[in-house]
Amino acid sequence: MTMKIMVAIKRVVDYAVKIRVKPDKTGVVTQNVKMSMNPFCEIALEEALRIRESAAAASEVVAVTIGPSHSVDTLRTGLAMGADRGIHVDSAASLYPLSVAKILRKLVQIENPSLLILGKQAIDDDCNQTGQMLAGLLNWPQGTFASKVVLDKEKQVATVDREVDDGIETVCLNLPAVITTDLRLNQPRYATLPNIMKAKSKPIKKFTPEELNVEIKSDLEIVQVTEPPKRKAGIIVSSVDELIDKLKHEANVI
Amino acid sequence: MPNPNGRATLGFRLRSLRRPTYPPLFPSATPSSRFTLHGKCNDVVRREYHQVPSFFNSLTNFSQTRIWGVGIQRKCYGSIAGLVQRNPGFSKLNDDDVRCFEAILGAKNVVQDEDKLVASNADWMHKYKGSSKLLLQPRTTDQVSQILKYCNSRCLAVVPQGGNTGLVGGSVPVFDEVIVSLSSMNKIISFDKVSGILVCEAGCILENIMSFLDNEGFIMPLDLGAKGSCQIGGNVSTNAGGLRLVRYGSLHGNVLGVEAVLANGTVLDMLKTLRKDNTGYDLKHLFIGSEGSLGIVTKVSILTPPKLSSVNVAFLACKDYSSCQKLLQEAKRKLGEILSAFEFLDGQSMNLVLNHLDGARNPLPTLHDYYVLIETTGSDESSDKQKLEAFLLGSMENELISDGVLAQDINQASSFWHLREGISEALMRAGAVYKYDLSIPVEHLYNIVEEMRSRLGNTANVIGYGHLGDGNLHLNISTPHYDDKILSQIEPFVYEWTSKHRGSISAEHGLGLMKANEIFYSKSRETVQLMASIKNLLDPNHILNPYKVLPHSLIS
Repeated sequence: MTMKIMVAIKRVVDYAVKIRVKPDKTGVVTQNVKMSMNPFCEIALEEALRIRESAAAASEVVAVTIGPSHSVDTLRTGLAMGADRGIHVDSAASLYPLSVAKILRKLVQIENPSLLILGKQAIDDDCNQTGQMLAGLLNWPQGTFASKVVLDKEKQVATVDREVDDGIETVCLNLPAVITTDLRLNQPRYATLPNIMKAKSKPIKKFTPEELNVEIKSDLEIVQVTEPPKRKAGIIVSSVDELIDKLKHEANVI
Repeated sequence: MPNPNGRATLGFRLRSLRRPTYPPLFPSATPSSRFTLHGKCNDVVRREYHQVPSFFNSLTNFSQTRIWGVGIQRKCYGSIAGLVQRNPGFSKLNDDDVRCFEAILGAKNVVQDEDKLVASNADWMHKYKGSSKLLLQPRTTDQVSQILKYCNSRCLAVVPQGGNTGLVGGSVPVFDEVIVSLSSMNKIISFDKVSGILVCEAGCILENIMSFLDNEGFIMPLDLGAKGSCQIGGNVSTNAGGLRLVRYGSLHGNVLGVEAVLANGTVLDMLKTLRKDNTGYDLKHLFIGSEGSLGIVTKVSILTPPKLSSVNVAFLACKDYSSCQKLLQEAKRKLGEILSAFEFLDGQSMNLVLNHLDGARNPLPTLHDYYVLIETTGSDESSDKQKLEAFLLGSMENELISDGVLAQDINQASSFWHLREGISEALMRAGAVYKYDLSIPVEHLYNIVEEMRSRLGNTANVIGYGHLGDGNLHLNISTPHYDDKILSQIEPFVYEWTSKHRGSISAEHGLGLMKANEIFYSKSRETVQLMASIKNLLDPNHILNPYKVLPHSLIS
């Protein structure tokens, strides 16, 4: 039996960019800002590639992205890392986890992958919901916050170590399943020049949400986006007595 | 602690090894007349010897380093004249002097506390250590002027100090010079958003200026590893080079004006904010790169380029040095207006970084003999990337590049830069290091590394890296421990070789104390003589940053 892995990747404001809030407080500035692949998605893709390269050998890794036309650049990055082909769902509208999960469910029905790997969250909205919602919609088992994934191709079982508050929880999932990745799972590879060259000729299939019969709507309304309050400058106290006095009367902590 | 290498006994022998082959300027000069001044401070005091880069210093500083938590074993040794003699013409600091400074600056800004002076007396590599008893922290140009006027009248030697991040011992006292720190003069005075011209005080830390400019949508025309500590006044005084020079040129082009205080306290206001000003001699250039030996820079105006949104970084492998060279030629032609850095490191540098630097990871699947880092900066992300990709793929087809990676996000770009910028730190961790900063025509640039390698055989790890785009090689020789035999193999050979190929023995680090006596390898007698005349004119008592920049036989 051949095994296909689908990975969802998202284009976000680069992790290292200093985020600026729009003056009208409706969101963050994205114009003229460096955009890159969400780091957790990179980890998800790396894991899929490693599974394909390992003895367990999945036959194909399909990378999916949903977003405006520029998202194709991010998809090309995924192809340059080693994904076999890409799917771009073209949508300029604001997307929320439930809409994304519904689109992905449709694509699962088209592609029939045995395994879906997603980042645990995107660093722009920090929702951490898409993987869970998708597993619910598909009625598939889920292994979230994975720090280790072992695949048994014979038994069609994935063993996932999850990072939870009191340590590592190990779960076994019958395939098909949804896995979301945590930071320690792996270190993603770089896109080498030969692979960038190859990626240029890899196929990208295009869909629109309408073609997939998914209505993009939001159950959420963004009221306001504001910057965190600026930290005030500290002061240097001249004596222990002054310190104690300030802790008592100004900070009210002792 | 016993000294395993017997460094203390080596001073005289080493000095004799490092004499330039050029004839002395004043053949009649005898050792006794070498330190005679022409001015009124001509009283002969007892001679003091001070061994400058003592290996003992690094040993005594070792425990301190540990306390700071750096945990790097510092076993560095710099090439400098082993012995420098205190100029007997200089006065010794007394209580009246201190009172006078307190009257000028207020007691708070006159530091005598020994613990507080420790950091200002030594350089960050712990190669050079002075014994100054006084640190002054002026807040205004007028205070700097009053300090210098007083020091000049008293014949007190002065060392101007910025962030103290130099590599050639230029910013630390050699003996008991009064340290004038510009750190408190750290205000940004004005910024013109239309022209991009910034005016600020000399003590502004480079990184602070960068973040100020970042908010305004501009960048500094220079960037260097020490940006978190180094100050703009020091950058200008030493004509610092760094990573953006290939794109924006040197500070001689970007500094539009300076305000400087001469040794006698005269304030020279040359703080123009004009790009064009052909009225007489352009004297500001005297203060750019003269390492504080002609005056103290107190304010600068700098032309800053706008910040462009699209930055791409590629890390490439080449099979031989001639491919790196051809790649540079091609990059200048095909990336032209967007090329912002062309850095180079050899396989040995890479090994060193991978073995000694935390978090370093080879971006390529295999090891190679030569690596090149290319950065482009432009205004259009998609067209810049397209252009760079086309260039890289073309170069790969032409076999100029054997492998390579292109950063897909800022994090990856930083990790590529980390490999190049981390070489210095990796060298420190690897043991003793002999550092040379050479300008050599690109064609011959790597030959010195190969020749040095065959000279030293397997006794040392010879590595070469640097700013290939500027013809600037950092030749570094790393050994587990200091060894005088190795030093004698390196010097004066490295200087002679550089001179023979019409290179410079200091591309961007300056001469400082380390290479003051070696200037003849790069400059003619007549040129150095004119420099000495200028020094005599501007600072007749030679109180400013003594023992540095110019040969001790001429100026002391």
